[in-house]
Amino acid sequence: MQRIGVFVCWCGSNIAGTVDVRAVAEALSREPGVVFSCDYQYMCSKTGQDMIKDAVREHKLTGIVVCSCSPRMHEQTFRKTAAAAGLNPYMVEIANIREQCSWVHKDMIVGTEKAIILGRAAVAKVNLNSPLTPGESPVTKRALVIGGGIAGIQTALDIADAGFKVDIVEKKPTIGGKMAQLDKTFPTLDCAACILTPKMVDAAQHENIRIFSYSEVEEVRGFVGNFDVKIKKKARYVNEDICTGCGACVDKCPMKKVPNEFNLGMDMRRAIYIPFAQAVPKVATIDPSACNMLKNGKCGVCQKVCTAGAIDYTQKDEYIDEKYGAIVVATGYDPISLEKFDEYAYNQSKDVITSLEFERLTNAAGPTAGKLLRPSDGRHPEKIVFVQCVGSRCASCAEKGKEYCSKICCMYTAKHAMLTRDKYPDTEVYVFYIDVRTPGKSFDEFYRRAVEEYGVKYIKGTVGKVVPEGDKLLVQAADLLTNTQMHIDADLVVLAAAIEPDKSARSLATMLTASMDTNDFFTEAHPKLRPVESPTAGVFLSGACQGPKDIPETVSQAGAAASKVIGLLAKDKLIGNPCVASSNELMCNGCSSCERVCPYGAITYENKEFRMPDRTVKVRRVARVNPAVCQGCGCCTVTCPSGAMDLRGFENSQIMAEVDAICK
Amino acid sequence: MQKVTRDILVKRASELLADGTVSSVLGWKAGEFDYDVTPATFTDTESLEKGFVWSDFSAANLSKYLVSKTKSAEGRILVFLKPCDTYSFNQLLTEHRIDREKVYAVGVPCEGMADINKIRSICGDGIIKIDCGEKLTVETLYADEPFVVEPSEVLLEKCESCKSKKHVAYDELLGEEGEVVDSSRFSEVERLEAMSADERFEFWQGELSRCIRCNACRDACPACTCEVCVFNNPASGVETKAPSDSFEEKMFHIIRAFHVAGRCTDCGECSRVCPQNIPLHLLNRKLIKDMNESYGTYQAGETVGASSPLTEYTLGDPEAGDVLEGGGKNA
Repeated sequence: MQRIGVFVCWCGSNIAGTVDVRAVAEALSREPGVVFSCDYQYMCSKTGQDMIKDAVREHKLTGIVVCSCSPRMHEQTFRKTAAAAGLNPYMVEIANIREQCSWVHKDMIVGTEKAIILGRAAVAKVNLNSPLTPGESPVTKRALVIGGGIAGIQTALDIADAGFKVDIVEKKPTIGGKMAQLDKTFPTLDCAACILTPKMVDAAQHENIRIFSYSEVEEVRGFVGNFDVKIKKKARYVNEDICTGCGACVDKCPMKKVPNEFNLGMDMRRAIYIPFAQAVPKVATIDPSACNMLKNGKCGVCQKVCTAGAIDYTQKDEYIDEKYGAIVVATGYDPISLEKFDEYAYNQSKDVITSLEFERLTNAAGPTAGKLLRPSDGRHPEKIVFVQCVGSRCASCAEKGKEYCSKICCMYTAKHAMLTRDKYPDTEVYVFYIDVRTPGKSFDEFYRRAVEEYGVKYIKGTVGKVVPEGDKLLVQAADLLTNTQMHIDADLVVLAAAIEPDKSARSLATMLTASMDTNDFFTEAHPKLRPVESPTAGVFLSGACQGPKDIPETVSQAGAAASKVIGLLAKDKLIGNPCVASSNELMCNGCSSCERVCPYGAITYENKEFRMPDRTVKVRRVARVNPAVCQGCGCCTVTCPSGAMDLRGFENSQIMAEVDAICK
Repeated sequence: MQKVTRDILVKRASELLADGTVSSVLGWKAGEFDYDVTPATFTDTESLEKGFVWSDFSAANLSKYLVSKTKSAEGRILVFLKPCDTYSFNQLLTEHRIDREKVYAVGVPCEGMADINKIRSICGDGIIKIDCGEKLTVETLYADEPFVVEPSEVLLEKCESCKSKKHVAYDELLGEEGEVVDSSRFSEVERLEAMSADERFEFWQGELSRCIRCNACRDACPACTCEVCVFNNPASGVETKAPSDSFEEKMFHIIRAFHVAGRCTDCGECSRVCPQNIPLHLLNRKLIKDMNESYGTYQAGETVGASSPLTEYTLGDPEAGDVLEGGGKNA
């Protein structure tokens, strides 16, 4: 039989205002097992905690019920208090009489009655509590960063600087990501490459960082502190260790008609290529879908011209197995496909482009060497229309666009408009917007400058249709402020396409058993208080894989993710959560139901020998829970047909006792 | 009358015993009367010849017996499976309850099994002999002339609403393969759904209050193969041996229906074995119908290794509230 102490907190007037705390303490003192009960203004204060400690010693308490705020607030506090008094911390139960009672009731009688019921349920549970001891597991002191854009690079650099080994896995032939494709960056207008490439070089030169470029994560097993990852290093048909990046092979490659993905297909590259001048690693890669030698064995020019002898047509995909303590997801974003947006004539006219394509058109390393020319005829555009929110904030057209705000478009469009007017003052620039959203340091000033100093014509309204006619694009739009229809004969239309998570994110989430939202953005463990952690222990989130972000926000989140990883890797051992599932082997049928529903892959099966009463040995398939992987969600316990699976600290019998106490 | 005769089954079983493919045969044997045919194990040709029964009363689903047989028997076991039984067989394989290696499954086509209660309602009591020919010839103590009954008029409920004449698993098939049947097996569930809550309560009260807690439904159910049943487990909080009150008698069946939800193949054994003739299959069928409407058609046991919609989650799944608002229908 337990000896339970009940401690009812007033929380100032938060609870005491609508709950008669004295009556609650009095009523609960008569519950089975309760040997002591009291109330106090602030149980979480030092005095309140001392009251608990004294009562534990004086009344030889074996269990504690604190009627107070949500366990999310002070469960840890009272567990530590109990431990300090020599009790097992898991002998503490919280009855939430604030958020779930006093705050939602106005009437003292009703509130008091409900508080008593909630307290009674907690007492019923503590009567069935047993001491729990958390397990320990070791930590592999190496981190994996998936994605080598600015988010991944920053996270890796910060972890590496703290003295831990980091591997970056990047699926493209070079790290750098989207930022490498940008021209200038808002709101300060530094050149993206000028601030990014030093970081790329830092990463490449860092003794603690390994870069697996042109590689993908193939398989993830294990759990926090102990992940086993299989990485596929795709064959690039060039020996990375020997290639000097001289580019002789690229110059001589006869296959010149491959759309250049780095310039979004606006010019051509060769079958063997280096994505851009500052690529890291600066090595060539052969595109097997375009190379004649790989397709039909006819060519071999690159091999002949390569003085280093780095070309290897027989190279195969290579698999690397490595152990990691933490995994950071930094898979970034992509603009959405505009195929379904026929009204903007993106597929009909070359002069209707996306904002990312506009970045390449104005970039000195882009297809036009930085001159703003129309893709169709290479003429200088005199009238440009920017259309905001193409596919963003698209609640009514969810089948083709996204319901969310892509967050970065207002600022980059202001940047594009401003830079155009700065470089080509003769150009007329229109921006059609729903709202202009500029909440960031120096953001609104930047936008005001575009309007006031550079004379960009901002029009609140939507573009209904873009019709290519002759060499013009007829833009039909509505000006909502003057309530008039507008017709603009533009030379160039730039669409601020919504951004979405990279396509690889979903399969990666499955591998990591990390959760995603309906838009395939990774979900954080808590939107406010744990924004860079995935709910899956040991998996962290960096950059736009978690939601649309600009560069400053991405970099700060990347640093935050790194600090979380460093905090994890700095530990020698991880203390687990003892409230995990366990299977009663005598009752387990081995049916696999629990394994199917487990979102964390914590359940495996083994054939186990059982000595039977008749002295025979019976082999049965039984479930085994890995306590280091289990997060205690309880899916398995409700799926188990025989009731063999139970959750420590939340056992079926405890929950039923609570329900019985409430329904009494 | 079954198209594949008893002699074919006995001959094939004898061959497989003789050539060592199997060491025992799971089939049916006669009871006290022609109609109380019961599952039995045979280990030699002689006992097969003498005792094996394959008639319109070989309704028992043998798949469940494999759970314990494959654990204890030496060598392979030959089991005769009717089409509906193969769904249970697959479901048990999915749940790792049967060791597939130790089973030699022989599919037997089925023309439907006879319901002795329906025969009694035609012929009265005192049935002493039933000859399962083209027609059923029933001799009773009280009638001078034997009754001649059309088998299709006295089918078991589970055969009237047969869902498949196609075997979904076997090592060898005797006779010809059938097709999946488009039966109207949910019509009775629809009738109950159309009732008011009070009428429905009345209906179930009337049915379930007859329960004597003999546990036959649970013991025959191929989905009920737990090492320790919750109703036998003192720690479960629901362990009882008798229907002590009207709440308890209902809870037993409702808990059982929920335990087998998503795994029940609708084999109909629960209702067939119920000595009180409670239409227990309707509880399971209602859950199957709800699942089909909410998550798309799913037939438990159709394939080995399939996941029930109740243990799967997709973003398209309806919310609990949607289901409620639709009154059991997918909103």
